[in-house]
Amino acid sequence: MKAFAPIAVVIALLAAVPLIVHSNVTLNFLVVALMIALAGQGWNILGGYGGQYSFGHAAFFGTGAYVTAILQVRYGVNAWLAFGLGIAASAALGALIGGLTFRSGLRGSYFALVTLAFAEVLRIVASVAPITGAGVGTLIKLDLRAEALQFESRAMFYWVILALVAVALIITHLIERSRFGAWLIAVRENEDAAMALGVDATAVKLAAMTISGAITAAAGCFYVQYFLFVDSGIAYGTWISIEALLTPIIGGAGTVFGPLLGALVVKALGEGALMVVTGEAPGLDLVVFGCVLVLVIWFSPRGLIGVGAELRKRFRRAGTRPVAQEARHG
Amino acid sequence: MAEPLLAVQGVSRRFGGLLAVNGVSLSAAQGRITALIGPNGAGKTTLFAVIAGFLKPSDGTVRYGGEDVTGEPPHRLARRGVARTFQIVQPFAGLTVRENIRVGAHLHHRAREAALAAAEQVAREVGLTDMLDRPADTLTVAGRKRLELARALATEPKLLLLDEVLAGLNPSEIRDIVPVIQGLRNRGITILMIEHVMQAVMSLAEHVFVLAEGRIIAAGTPAQVAADPAVIEAYLGHGAAAKLGAGHGH
Repeated sequence: MKAFAPIAVVIALLAAVPLIVHSNVTLNFLVVALMIALAGQGWNILGGYGGQYSFGHAAFFGTGAYVTAILQVRYGVNAWLAFGLGIAASAALGALIGGLTFRSGLRGSYFALVTLAFAEVLRIVASVAPITGAGVGTLIKLDLRAEALQFESRAMFYWVILALVAVALIITHLIERSRFGAWLIAVRENEDAAMALGVDATAVKLAAMTISGAITAAAGCFYVQYFLFVDSGIAYGTWISIEALLTPIIGGAGTVFGPLLGALVVKALGEGALMVVTGEAPGLDLVVFGCVLVLVIWFSPRGLIGVGAELRKRFRRAGTRPVAQEARHG
Repeated sequence: MAEPLLAVQGVSRRFGGLLAVNGVSLSAAQGRITALIGPNGAGKTTLFAVIAGFLKPSDGTVRYGGEDVTGEPPHRLARRGVARTFQIVQPFAGLTVRENIRVGAHLHHRAREAALAAAEQVAREVGLTDMLDRPADTLTVAGRKRLELARALATEPKLLLLDEVLAGLNPSEIRDIVPVIQGLRNRGITILMIEHVMQAVMSLAEHVFVLAEGRIIAAGTPAQVAADPAVIEAYLGHGAAAKLGAGHGH
Protein backbone atom coordinates (compact mmCIF):
# COMPACT_ATOMS: atom_id res chain seq x y z
CA MET A 1 0.00 0.00 0.00
CA LYS A 2 2.88 2.31 0.84
CA ALA A 3 3.93 2.18 -2.79
CA PHE A 4 0.70 3.88 -3.81
CA ALA A 5 1.34 6.87 -1.56
CA PRO A 6 2.83 9.14 -4.26
CA ILE A 7 -0.19 8.53 -6.49
CA ALA A 8 -2.58 9.23 -3.61
CA VAL A 9 -0.80 12.48 -2.76
CA VAL A 10 -0.71 13.76 -6.34
CA ILE A 11 -4.36 12.93 -6.94
CA ALA A 12 -5.43 14.44 -3.61
CA LEU A 13 -3.61 17.68 -4.40
CA LEU A 14 -5.10 17.88 -7.88
CA ALA A 15 -8.56 17.03 -6.53
CA ALA A 16 -8.41 20.05 -4.24
CA VAL A 17 -7.81 22.49 -7.10
CA PRO A 18 -11.50 23.22 -7.94
CA LEU A 19 -12.10 24.05 -4.27
CA ILE A 20 -9.64 26.92 -4.59
CA VAL A 21 -9.79 27.84 -8.26
CA HIS A 22 -13.21 28.81 -9.56
CA SER A 23 -12.22 30.28 -12.91
CA ASN A 24 -13.88 28.34 -15.70
CA VAL A 25 -11.02 29.15 -18.03
CA THR A 26 -8.47 27.61 -15.69
CA LEU A 27 -10.64 24.57 -15.00
CA ASN A 28 -11.24 24.09 -18.70
CA PHE A 29 -7.50 24.24 -19.28
CA LEU A 30 -6.90 21.63 -16.59
CA VAL A 31 -9.65 19.33 -17.88
CA VAL A 32 -8.11 19.35 -21.35
CA ALA A 33 -4.60 18.85 -19.94
CA LEU A 34 -5.76 15.87 -17.90
CA MET A 35 -7.53 14.44 -20.93
CA ILE A 36 -4.30 14.66 -22.91
CA ALA A 37 -2.45 13.15 -19.94
CA LEU A 38 -4.85 10.21 -20.03
CA ALA A 39 -4.30 9.69 -23.75
CA GLY A 40 -0.55 9.87 -23.07
CA GLN A 41 -0.83 7.37 -20.24
CA GLY A 42 -2.28 4.91 -22.71
CA TRP A 43 0.56 5.53 -25.16
CA ASN A 44 3.05 5.21 -22.31
CA ILE A 45 2.12 1.58 -21.60
CA LEU A 46 2.96 0.47 -25.12
CA GLY A 47 5.55 3.08 -26.10
CA GLY A 48 7.15 3.99 -22.79
CA TYR A 49 7.27 0.58 -21.15
CA GLY A 50 7.12 -1.62 -24.25
CA GLY A 51 9.27 0.48 -26.58
CA GLN A 52 6.74 0.16 -29.41
CA TYR A 53 6.37 3.71 -30.71
CA SER A 54 2.88 4.15 -32.05
CA PHE A 55 2.25 7.17 -34.26
CA GLY A 56 -1.41 6.36 -34.53
CA HIS A 57 -2.96 6.40 -31.10
CA ALA A 58 -5.68 8.55 -32.63
CA ALA A 59 -7.12 5.23 -33.76
CA PHE A 60 -7.97 4.44 -30.14
CA PHE A 61 -8.93 7.95 -29.08
CA GLY A 62 -11.24 8.28 -32.06
CA THR A 63 -12.80 4.86 -31.76
CA GLY A 64 -13.57 5.51 -28.10
CA ALA A 65 -15.08 8.87 -29.00
CA TYR A 66 -17.17 7.63 -31.92
CA VAL A 67 -18.45 4.49 -30.19
CA THR A 68 -19.52 6.52 -27.16
CA ALA A 69 -21.24 9.11 -29.35
CA ILE A 70 -22.89 6.81 -31.87
CA LEU A 71 -24.25 4.37 -29.29
CA GLN A 72 -25.95 7.24 -27.46
CA VAL A 73 -27.22 9.18 -30.46
CA ARG A 74 -28.28 6.36 -32.77
CA TYR A 75 -29.08 3.52 -30.39
CA GLY A 76 -30.16 5.32 -27.24
CA VAL A 77 -27.60 3.56 -25.08
CA ASN A 78 -26.96 5.02 -21.64
CA ALA A 79 -23.91 7.30 -21.61
CA TRP A 80 -22.06 5.42 -18.88
CA LEU A 81 -22.56 2.11 -20.67
CA ALA A 82 -21.56 3.72 -23.98
CA PHE A 83 -18.44 5.05 -22.31
CA GLY A 84 -17.49 1.54 -21.18
CA LEU A 85 -18.26 0.06 -24.58
CA GLY A 86 -16.13 2.73 -26.23
CA ILE A 87 -13.20 1.63 -24.11
CA ALA A 88 -13.91 -2.04 -24.85
CA ALA A 89 -14.14 -1.39 -28.60
CA SER A 90 -10.74 0.30 -28.60
CA ALA A 91 -9.21 -2.49 -26.55
CA ALA A 92 -10.46 -4.89 -29.21
CA LEU A 93 -9.07 -2.62 -31.93
CA GLY A 94 -5.72 -2.61 -30.09
CA ALA A 95 -5.70 -6.39 -30.05
CA LEU A 96 -6.58 -6.45 -33.74
CA ILE A 97 -3.92 -3.96 -34.89
CA GLY A 98 -1.41 -5.52 -32.52
CA GLY A 99 -2.21 -8.98 -33.81
CA LEU A 100 -1.73 -7.91 -37.41
CA THR A 101 1.49 -5.94 -36.86
CA PHE A 102 3.31 -7.92 -34.16
CA ARG A 103 2.50 -11.30 -35.64
CA SER A 104 3.99 -10.22 -38.93
CA GLY A 105 7.08 -9.11 -37.01
CA LEU A 106 6.90 -5.36 -37.62
CA ARG A 107 9.26 -3.46 -35.35
CA GLY A 108 10.53 0.07 -34.90
CA SER A 109 9.72 2.58 -37.59
CA TYR A 110 7.70 0.03 -39.58
CA PHE A 111 5.41 -0.42 -36.62
CA ALA A 112 5.15 3.35 -36.22
CA LEU A 113 4.20 3.81 -39.88
CA VAL A 114 1.61 1.05 -39.85
CA THR A 115 -0.11 2.50 -36.78
CA LEU A 116 -0.14 5.90 -38.47
CA ALA A 117 -1.70 4.28 -41.53
CA PHE A 118 -4.42 2.63 -39.45
CA ALA A 119 -5.37 5.94 -37.87
CA GLU A 120 -5.42 7.70 -41.24
CA VAL A 121 -7.56 5.00 -42.83
CA LEU A 122 -10.01 5.26 -39.95
CA ARG A 123 -10.08 9.04 -40.33
CA ILE A 124 -10.89 8.82 -44.01
CA VAL A 125 -13.54 6.15 -43.48
CA ALA A 126 -15.10 8.20 -40.67
CA SER A 127 -15.19 11.28 -42.88
CA VAL A 128 -17.41 9.52 -45.46
CA ALA A 129 -19.32 6.79 -43.60
CA PRO A 130 -22.96 7.74 -42.86
CA ILE A 131 -22.95 6.21 -39.36
CA THR A 132 -20.34 8.69 -38.11
CA GLY A 133 -22.24 11.63 -39.57
CA ALA A 134 -19.56 11.80 -42.26
CA GLY A 135 -18.30 15.34 -42.85
CA VAL A 136 -20.88 16.88 -40.52
CA GLY A 137 -19.86 14.90 -37.46
CA THR A 138 -21.98 13.69 -34.57
CA LEU A 139 -23.59 15.92 -31.98
CA ILE A 140 -24.69 14.61 -28.60
CA LYS A 141 -27.85 16.11 -27.16
CA LEU A 142 -27.32 18.39 -24.20
CA ASP A 143 -28.65 16.56 -21.15
CA LEU A 144 -27.07 17.90 -17.99
CA ARG A 145 -27.74 14.97 -15.68
CA ALA A 146 -25.25 12.67 -13.96
CA GLU A 147 -27.09 9.68 -15.52
CA ALA A 148 -26.19 11.05 -18.94
CA LEU A 149 -22.59 11.65 -17.83
CA GLN A 150 -22.98 15.39 -18.33
CA PHE A 151 -22.52 17.98 -15.63
CA GLU A 152 -23.36 21.60 -15.28
CA SER A 153 -20.21 22.42 -13.35
CA ARG A 154 -16.77 22.22 -14.82
CA ALA A 155 -15.55 20.95 -11.45
CA MET A 156 -17.52 17.71 -11.81
CA PHE A 157 -16.03 17.07 -15.23
CA TYR A 158 -12.66 17.86 -13.73
CA TRP A 159 -13.12 15.24 -11.01
CA VAL A 160 -14.33 12.66 -13.52
CA ILE A 161 -11.25 13.04 -15.74
CA LEU A 162 -9.04 13.16 -12.64
CA ALA A 163 -10.55 9.87 -11.46
CA LEU A 164 -9.80 8.33 -14.86
CA VAL A 165 -6.22 9.59 -14.67
CA ALA A 166 -5.94 8.13 -11.16
CA VAL A 167 -7.13 4.72 -12.39
CA ALA A 168 -4.60 4.85 -15.21
CA LEU A 169 -1.83 5.79 -12.76
CA ILE A 170 -2.71 2.82 -10.57
CA ILE A 171 -2.84 0.46 -13.55
CA THR A 172 0.56 1.73 -14.69
CA HIS A 173 2.02 1.30 -11.24
CA LEU A 174 0.67 -2.25 -10.96
CA ILE A 175 2.05 -3.13 -14.38
CA GLU A 176 5.43 -1.67 -13.50
CA ARG A 177 5.78 -3.99 -10.51
CA SER A 178 4.30 -7.11 -12.10
CA ARG A 179 5.86 -9.94 -14.03
CA PHE A 180 4.08 -8.67 -17.12
CA GLY A 181 5.77 -5.32 -16.63
CA ALA A 182 9.21 -6.87 -16.23
CA TRP A 183 8.65 -8.81 -19.45
CA LEU A 184 7.37 -5.73 -21.26
CA ILE A 185 10.42 -3.69 -20.27
CA ALA A 186 12.67 -6.59 -21.25
CA VAL A 187 11.07 -6.61 -24.71
CA ARG A 188 11.72 -2.87 -24.98
CA GLU A 189 15.36 -3.24 -23.98
CA ASN A 190 16.16 -6.26 -26.14
CA GLU A 191 13.55 -8.43 -27.76
CA ASP A 192 15.85 -11.35 -28.67
CA ALA A 193 17.33 -11.55 -25.20
CA ALA A 194 13.84 -11.46 -23.73
CA MET A 195 12.70 -14.34 -25.91
CA ALA A 196 15.73 -16.37 -24.89
CA LEU A 197 14.61 -15.93 -21.29
CA GLY A 198 11.21 -17.40 -21.98
CA VAL A 199 9.30 -14.22 -22.77
CA ASP A 200 6.60 -14.61 -25.41
CA ALA A 201 7.38 -11.22 -26.94
CA THR A 202 4.42 -11.22 -29.33
CA ALA A 203 1.90 -12.01 -26.59
CA VAL A 204 3.41 -9.40 -24.26
CA LYS A 205 3.27 -6.66 -26.90
CA LEU A 206 -0.25 -7.65 -27.86
CA ALA A 207 -1.44 -7.38 -24.26
CA ALA A 208 0.30 -4.03 -23.89
CA MET A 209 -1.35 -2.68 -27.02
CA THR A 210 -4.77 -3.81 -25.80
CA ILE A 211 -4.36 -2.07 -22.43
CA SER A 212 -2.80 0.94 -24.15
CA GLY A 213 -5.71 1.24 -26.58
CA ALA A 214 -8.24 1.00 -23.76
CA ILE A 215 -6.67 3.80 -21.72
CA THR A 216 -6.26 6.18 -24.65
CA ALA A 217 -9.84 5.39 -25.66
CA ALA A 218 -11.06 6.57 -22.26
CA ALA A 219 -9.69 10.01 -23.15
CA GLY A 220 -11.67 9.93 -26.40
CA CYS A 221 -14.85 8.83 -24.64
CA PHE A 222 -14.39 11.67 -22.18
CA TYR A 223 -13.80 14.17 -25.00
CA VAL A 224 -17.23 13.40 -26.42
CA GLN A 225 -18.99 13.77 -23.08
CA TYR A 226 -17.22 17.05 -22.43
CA PHE A 227 -17.53 18.75 -25.81
CA LEU A 228 -20.66 16.86 -26.98
CA PHE A 229 -19.36 16.80 -30.53
CA VAL A 230 -17.01 14.70 -32.59
CA ASP A 231 -15.97 14.62 -36.23
CA SER A 232 -13.33 12.69 -38.13
CA GLY A 233 -10.65 15.37 -37.81
CA ILE A 234 -11.00 15.53 -34.03
CA ALA A 235 -11.40 11.81 -33.46
CA TYR A 236 -8.76 10.39 -35.76
CA GLY A 237 -6.68 13.50 -36.49
CA THR A 238 -2.91 13.43 -36.12
CA TRP A 239 -3.15 16.10 -33.39
CA ILE A 240 -4.10 13.52 -30.79
CA SER A 241 -1.58 10.94 -32.03
CA ILE A 242 1.12 13.58 -31.59
CA GLU A 243 -0.03 14.81 -28.19
CA ALA A 244 -0.44 11.23 -26.93
CA LEU A 245 3.21 10.52 -27.67
CA LEU A 246 4.69 13.95 -26.97
CA THR A 247 3.41 14.23 -23.42
CA PRO A 248 4.94 10.98 -22.14
CA ILE A 249 8.20 11.55 -24.00
CA ILE A 250 8.56 15.07 -22.63
CA GLY A 251 7.41 14.10 -19.16
CA GLY A 252 9.32 10.82 -19.02
CA ALA A 253 8.42 7.75 -21.07
CA GLY A 254 8.21 4.52 -19.14
CA THR A 255 7.52 6.25 -15.83
CA VAL A 256 4.27 6.35 -13.87
CA PHE A 257 4.00 10.15 -13.67
CA GLY A 258 5.70 11.05 -16.96
CA PRO A 259 2.56 11.59 -19.07
CA LEU A 260 0.79 13.62 -16.38
CA LEU A 261 3.79 15.88 -15.83
CA GLY A 262 4.38 16.19 -19.56
CA ALA A 263 0.77 17.09 -20.29
CA LEU A 264 0.61 19.78 -17.62
CA VAL A 265 3.89 21.37 -18.69
CA VAL A 266 3.29 21.14 -22.43
CA LYS A 267 -0.26 22.45 -22.19
CA ALA A 268 0.78 25.29 -19.90
CA LEU A 269 3.55 26.32 -22.28
CA GLY A 270 1.18 26.07 -25.25
CA GLU A 271 -1.37 28.30 -23.50
CA GLY A 272 1.38 30.68 -22.45
CA ALA A 273 2.63 31.03 -26.00
CA LEU A 274 -0.87 31.83 -27.26
CA MET A 275 -1.25 34.47 -24.55
CA VAL A 276 2.08 36.14 -25.29
CA VAL A 277 1.40 36.32 -29.01
CA THR A 278 -1.97 38.01 -28.97
CA GLY A 279 -4.50 37.25 -31.64
CA GLU A 280 -4.80 34.26 -33.88
CA ALA A 281 -1.65 32.22 -34.20
CA PRO A 282 -2.72 28.77 -35.31
CA GLY A 283 -0.09 26.10 -34.81
CA LEU A 284 1.97 28.20 -32.41
CA ASP A 285 1.43 25.66 -29.63
CA LEU A 286 2.89 22.99 -31.94
CA VAL A 287 6.00 25.11 -32.40
CA VAL A 288 6.30 25.29 -28.63
CA PHE A 289 5.85 21.50 -28.33
CA GLY A 290 8.61 21.00 -30.86
CA CYS A 291 11.04 23.28 -29.05
CA VAL A 292 10.30 21.69 -25.68
CA LEU A 293 10.79 18.23 -27.18
CA VAL A 294 14.18 19.15 -28.61
CA LEU A 295 15.32 20.70 -25.33
CA VAL A 296 14.15 17.77 -23.23
CA ILE A 297 15.74 15.15 -25.47
CA TRP A 298 18.92 17.19 -25.51
CA PHE A 299 19.32 17.72 -21.78
CA SER A 300 17.41 14.84 -20.24
CA PRO A 301 16.58 11.98 -22.59
CA ARG A 302 14.52 10.38 -19.87
CA GLY A 303 12.15 13.33 -19.79
CA LEU A 304 11.37 16.04 -17.28
CA ILE A 305 10.94 13.45 -14.56
CA GLY A 306 14.54 12.40 -15.14
CA VAL A 307 15.97 15.92 -14.86
CA GLY A 308 16.80 15.49 -11.19
CA ALA A 309 18.43 12.11 -11.70
CA GLU A 310 20.32 13.43 -14.72
CA LEU A 311 21.75 16.36 -12.73
CA ARG A 312 22.70 14.08 -9.85
CA LYS A 313 24.39 11.66 -12.25
CA ARG A 314 26.43 14.43 -13.88
CA PHE A 315 27.36 15.83 -10.50
CA ARG A 316 28.39 12.43 -9.17
CA ARG A 317 30.30 11.54 -12.32
CA ALA A 318 32.25 14.76 -12.08
CA GLY A 319 33.05 14.09 -8.44
CA THR A 320 34.02 10.43 -8.56
CA ARG A 321 35.75 9.93 -11.85
CA PRO A 322 38.96 8.37 -10.45
CA VAL A 323 37.00 5.84 -8.39
CA ALA A 324 34.98 4.75 -11.41
CA GLN A 325 38.22 4.25 -13.33
CA GLU A 326 39.65 2.07 -10.60
CA ALA A 327 36.53 -0.04 -10.42
CA ARG A 328 36.87 -0.76 -14.10
CA HIS A 329 40.31 -2.27 -13.57
CA GLY A 330 39.26 -4.21 -10.48
CA MET B 1 22.35 -44.51 -20.93
CA ALA B 2 19.22 -43.54 -22.77
CA GLU B 3 18.94 -40.84 -25.42
CA PRO B 4 21.15 -37.80 -24.87
CA LEU B 5 19.41 -34.68 -23.55
CA LEU B 6 19.99 -32.90 -26.85
CA ALA B 7 20.25 -34.66 -30.18
CA VAL B 8 20.70 -32.71 -33.40
CA GLN B 9 20.13 -34.85 -36.47
CA GLY B 10 21.10 -33.85 -39.99
CA VAL B 11 20.42 -30.17 -39.47
CA SER B 12 21.03 -27.81 -42.39
CA ARG B 13 20.42 -24.11 -42.59
CA ARG B 14 20.54 -22.21 -45.81
CA PHE B 15 20.69 -18.43 -46.26
CA GLY B 16 19.87 -17.86 -49.91
CA GLY B 17 22.72 -19.53 -51.78
CA LEU B 18 24.87 -20.02 -48.69
CA LEU B 19 24.65 -23.30 -46.87
CA ALA B 20 25.77 -22.13 -43.43
CA VAL B 21 25.12 -25.43 -41.68
CA ASN B 22 25.24 -28.61 -43.71
CA GLY B 23 23.76 -31.84 -42.40
CA VAL B 24 25.11 -31.51 -38.87
CA SER B 25 24.46 -34.15 -36.26
CA LEU B 26 25.66 -33.81 -32.71
CA SER B 27 24.50 -34.60 -29.23
CA ALA B 28 24.95 -33.37 -25.70
CA ALA B 29 24.91 -36.05 -23.03
CA GLN B 30 22.98 -35.44 -19.82
CA GLY B 31 25.05 -33.82 -17.11
CA ARG B 32 28.15 -33.30 -19.28
CA ILE B 33 29.95 -30.38 -20.83
CA THR B 34 30.07 -30.69 -24.59
CA ALA B 35 32.01 -28.20 -26.67
CA LEU B 36 31.47 -27.07 -30.24
CA ILE B 37 34.59 -25.58 -31.75
CA GLY B 38 35.59 -24.48 -35.22
CA PRO B 39 37.18 -21.64 -37.15
CA ASN B 40 35.42 -18.32 -37.67
CA GLY B 41 32.48 -18.58 -40.03
CA ALA B 42 32.12 -22.32 -39.52
CA GLY B 43 28.43 -21.97 -38.70
CA LYS B 44 28.59 -22.50 -34.94
CA THR B 45 26.40 -19.57 -33.98
CA THR B 46 23.92 -20.40 -36.74
CA LEU B 47 23.68 -23.93 -35.39
CA PHE B 48 23.11 -22.54 -31.90
CA ALA B 49 20.37 -20.27 -33.20
CA VAL B 50 18.67 -23.31 -34.75
CA ILE B 51 18.93 -25.33 -31.54
CA ALA B 52 17.59 -22.45 -29.41
CA GLY B 53 14.68 -21.79 -31.78
CA PHE B 54 15.82 -18.44 -33.17
CA LEU B 55 16.16 -19.89 -36.67
CA LYS B 56 14.20 -22.65 -38.29
CA PRO B 57 16.39 -25.32 -39.90
CA SER B 58 16.07 -25.81 -43.65
CA ASP B 59 16.37 -29.52 -42.99
CA GLY B 60 16.89 -31.95 -40.12
CA THR B 61 15.51 -32.30 -36.61
CA VAL B 62 16.36 -31.14 -33.10
CA ARG B 63 15.37 -33.48 -30.31
CA TYR B 64 15.42 -32.42 -26.69
CA GLY B 65 14.57 -34.64 -23.74
CA GLY B 66 13.34 -37.32 -26.14
CA GLU B 67 10.91 -35.00 -27.95
CA ASP B 68 11.07 -33.39 -31.36
CA VAL B 69 11.38 -29.65 -30.75
CA THR B 70 12.43 -28.60 -34.25
CA GLY B 71 11.33 -25.05 -35.03
CA GLU B 72 9.77 -24.38 -31.64
CA PRO B 73 10.03 -20.69 -30.72
CA PRO B 74 12.67 -19.66 -28.17
CA HIS B 75 10.27 -18.79 -25.39
CA ARG B 76 8.72 -22.24 -25.47
CA LEU B 77 12.08 -23.93 -25.48
CA ALA B 78 13.03 -21.78 -22.50
CA ARG B 79 10.00 -23.12 -20.67
CA ARG B 80 11.18 -26.66 -21.45
CA GLY B 81 14.52 -25.84 -19.86
CA VAL B 82 16.73 -24.66 -22.73
CA ALA B 83 18.61 -21.43 -22.03
CA ARG B 84 21.21 -19.68 -24.12
CA THR B 85 23.68 -16.85 -23.86
CA PHE B 86 24.58 -14.61 -26.77
CA GLN B 87 28.03 -14.30 -28.29
CA ILE B 88 27.50 -10.56 -28.56
CA VAL B 89 26.22 -9.83 -25.08
CA GLN B 90 22.67 -8.53 -25.02
CA PRO B 91 22.09 -6.95 -21.63
CA PHE B 92 18.92 -4.99 -20.93
CA ALA B 93 21.12 -1.91 -20.89
CA GLY B 94 18.77 0.46 -19.13
CA LEU B 95 18.15 -1.89 -16.21
CA THR B 96 20.23 -2.80 -13.19
CA VAL B 97 21.95 -6.16 -12.89
CA ARG B 98 19.28 -7.23 -10.42
CA GLU B 99 16.45 -6.31 -12.79
CA ASN B 100 18.22 -8.04 -15.68
CA ILE B 101 18.44 -11.32 -13.82
CA ARG B 102 14.91 -10.87 -12.47
CA VAL B 103 13.51 -11.13 -16.02
CA GLY B 104 14.91 -14.66 -16.32
CA ALA B 105 13.75 -15.58 -12.82
CA HIS B 106 10.18 -14.62 -13.69
CA LEU B 107 9.92 -17.67 -15.92
CA HIS B 108 9.32 -19.82 -12.86
CA HIS B 109 8.43 -17.19 -10.27
CA ARG B 110 5.34 -15.12 -10.86
CA ALA B 111 5.68 -12.89 -7.79
CA ARG B 112 8.09 -9.96 -7.91
CA GLU B 113 9.62 -10.70 -4.50
CA ALA B 114 10.25 -14.37 -5.35
CA ALA B 115 11.85 -13.41 -8.66
CA LEU B 116 14.08 -10.82 -7.01
CA ALA B 117 15.15 -13.32 -4.34
CA ALA B 118 15.94 -15.90 -7.02
CA ALA B 119 17.91 -13.27 -8.93
CA GLU B 120 20.03 -12.55 -5.88
CA GLN B 121 20.79 -16.22 -5.41
CA VAL B 122 21.88 -16.60 -9.03
CA ALA B 123 24.04 -13.49 -8.74
CA ARG B 124 25.85 -15.10 -5.83
CA GLU B 125 26.50 -18.23 -7.86
CA VAL B 126 28.17 -16.34 -10.72
CA GLY B 127 29.87 -13.74 -8.53
CA LEU B 128 27.80 -10.66 -9.33
CA THR B 129 26.54 -9.97 -5.82
CA ASP B 130 28.51 -6.74 -5.48
CA MET B 131 27.13 -5.37 -8.74
CA LEU B 132 23.42 -6.10 -8.22
CA ASP B 133 22.39 -2.46 -8.21
CA ARG B 134 24.71 -1.26 -10.97
CA PRO B 135 23.14 -0.40 -14.33
CA ALA B 136 23.96 -3.22 -16.74
CA ASP B 137 25.63 -0.85 -19.20
CA THR B 138 28.27 0.13 -16.65
CA LEU B 139 29.63 -3.43 -16.38
CA THR B 140 32.97 -4.46 -17.85
CA VAL B 141 33.09 -7.11 -20.59
CA ALA B 142 33.75 -9.77 -17.97
CA GLY B 143 30.83 -8.49 -15.92
CA ARG B 144 28.53 -8.55 -18.93
CA LYS B 145 29.51 -12.12 -19.72
CA ARG B 146 28.67 -13.08 -16.17
CA LEU B 147 25.38 -11.27 -16.49
CA GLU B 148 24.52 -13.24 -19.64
CA LEU B 149 25.24 -16.38 -17.71
CA ALA B 150 23.26 -15.24 -14.69
CA ARG B 151 20.16 -14.34 -16.70
CA ALA B 152 20.20 -17.70 -18.45
CA LEU B 153 20.67 -19.51 -15.14
CA ALA B 154 17.76 -17.65 -13.60
CA THR B 155 15.43 -19.51 -15.97
CA GLU B 156 16.52 -22.71 -14.16
CA PRO B 157 17.67 -24.50 -17.31
CA LYS B 158 18.35 -28.17 -17.79
CA LEU B 159 20.36 -27.47 -20.94
CA LEU B 160 22.57 -24.41 -21.11
CA LEU B 161 23.85 -23.20 -24.48
CA LEU B 162 26.89 -20.98 -23.97
CA ASP B 163 27.99 -19.00 -27.01
CA GLU B 164 31.57 -17.89 -26.37
CA VAL B 165 31.18 -16.80 -22.78
CA LEU B 166 34.97 -16.63 -22.46
CA ALA B 167 35.68 -14.62 -25.61
CA GLY B 168 37.13 -11.19 -24.92
CA LEU B 169 38.20 -12.07 -21.37
CA ASN B 170 41.78 -11.87 -20.16
CA PRO B 171 43.49 -14.98 -18.76
CA SER B 172 42.80 -14.10 -15.14
CA GLU B 173 39.13 -13.46 -15.89
CA ILE B 174 38.97 -16.82 -17.66
CA ARG B 175 40.52 -18.50 -14.63
CA ASP B 176 37.80 -16.91 -12.52
CA ILE B 177 34.88 -18.05 -14.60
CA VAL B 178 35.93 -21.61 -15.47
CA PRO B 179 35.13 -22.89 -11.95
CA VAL B 180 31.71 -21.25 -12.19
CA ILE B 181 30.93 -23.29 -15.31
CA GLN B 182 32.27 -26.45 -13.66
CA GLY B 183 30.04 -25.72 -10.70
CA LEU B 184 26.99 -25.61 -12.96
CA ARG B 185 27.86 -28.96 -14.47
CA ASN B 186 28.32 -30.41 -10.98
CA ARG B 187 24.82 -29.18 -10.17
CA GLY B 188 23.52 -31.36 -13.00
CA ILE B 189 23.08 -28.78 -15.76
CA THR B 190 23.95 -30.10 -19.18
CA ILE B 191 26.14 -27.66 -21.07
CA LEU B 192 26.80 -27.20 -24.76
CA MET B 193 29.36 -24.49 -25.34
CA ILE B 194 30.80 -22.76 -28.35
CA GLU B 195 34.31 -21.75 -27.47
CA HIS B 196 37.44 -20.37 -29.07
CA VAL B 197 39.62 -20.39 -25.98
CA MET B 198 41.21 -23.83 -26.42
CA GLN B 199 42.75 -23.86 -22.97
CA ALA B 200 39.26 -23.66 -21.52
CA VAL B 201 37.83 -26.24 -23.89
CA MET B 202 40.60 -28.64 -22.91
CA SER B 203 39.98 -28.21 -19.21
CA LEU B 204 36.17 -28.08 -19.29
CA ALA B 205 34.75 -30.22 -22.05
CA GLU B 206 34.31 -33.95 -21.93
CA HIS B 207 33.32 -34.25 -25.55
CA VAL B 208 34.15 -31.97 -28.46
CA PHE B 209 32.59 -31.52 -31.90
CA VAL B 210 34.52 -29.65 -34.53
CA LEU B 211 32.56 -27.69 -37.12
CA ALA B 212 34.21 -26.34 -40.27
CA GLU B 213 32.47 -24.89 -43.30
CA GLY B 214 29.13 -26.03 -41.96
CA ARG B 215 30.06 -29.68 -41.41
CA ILE B 216 31.19 -31.73 -38.44
CA ILE B 217 34.73 -32.77 -39.35
CA ALA B 218 35.77 -34.41 -36.09
CA ALA B 219 34.41 -35.48 -32.73
CA GLY B 220 35.85 -37.04 -29.61
CA THR B 221 37.63 -36.16 -26.41
CA PRO B 222 39.51 -32.84 -26.38
CA ALA B 223 42.84 -34.66 -26.73
CA GLN B 224 41.58 -36.68 -29.69
CA VAL B 225 40.31 -33.73 -31.69
CA ALA B 226 43.39 -31.63 -30.91
CA ALA B 227 45.53 -34.31 -32.50
CA ASP B 228 43.22 -34.86 -35.48
CA PRO B 229 44.92 -33.79 -38.74
CA ALA B 230 41.60 -32.68 -40.21
CA VAL B 231 41.10 -30.27 -37.32
CA ILE B 232 44.59 -28.84 -37.60
CA GLU B 233 44.08 -28.27 -41.31
CA ALA B 234 40.75 -26.58 -40.74
CA TYR B 235 42.34 -24.09 -38.37
CA LEU B 236 45.76 -23.60 -39.95
CA GLY B 237 45.18 -24.27 -43.63
CA HIS B 238 45.76 -27.04 -46.13
CA GLY B 239 48.95 -29.02 -45.55
CA ALA B 240 49.50 -27.59 -42.09
CA ALA B 241 49.20 -30.95 -40.36
CA ALA B 242 51.96 -32.45 -42.50
CA LYS B 243 54.25 -29.48 -41.96
CA LEU B 244 53.71 -29.57 -38.21
CA GLY B 245 54.44 -33.30 -38.22
CA ALA B 246 57.69 -32.78 -40.21
CA GLY B 247 59.01 -29.94 -38.08
CA HIS B 248 58.43 -31.60 -34.75
CA GLY B 249 61.88 -30.91 -33.37
CA HIS B 250 60.65 -27.39 -32.57
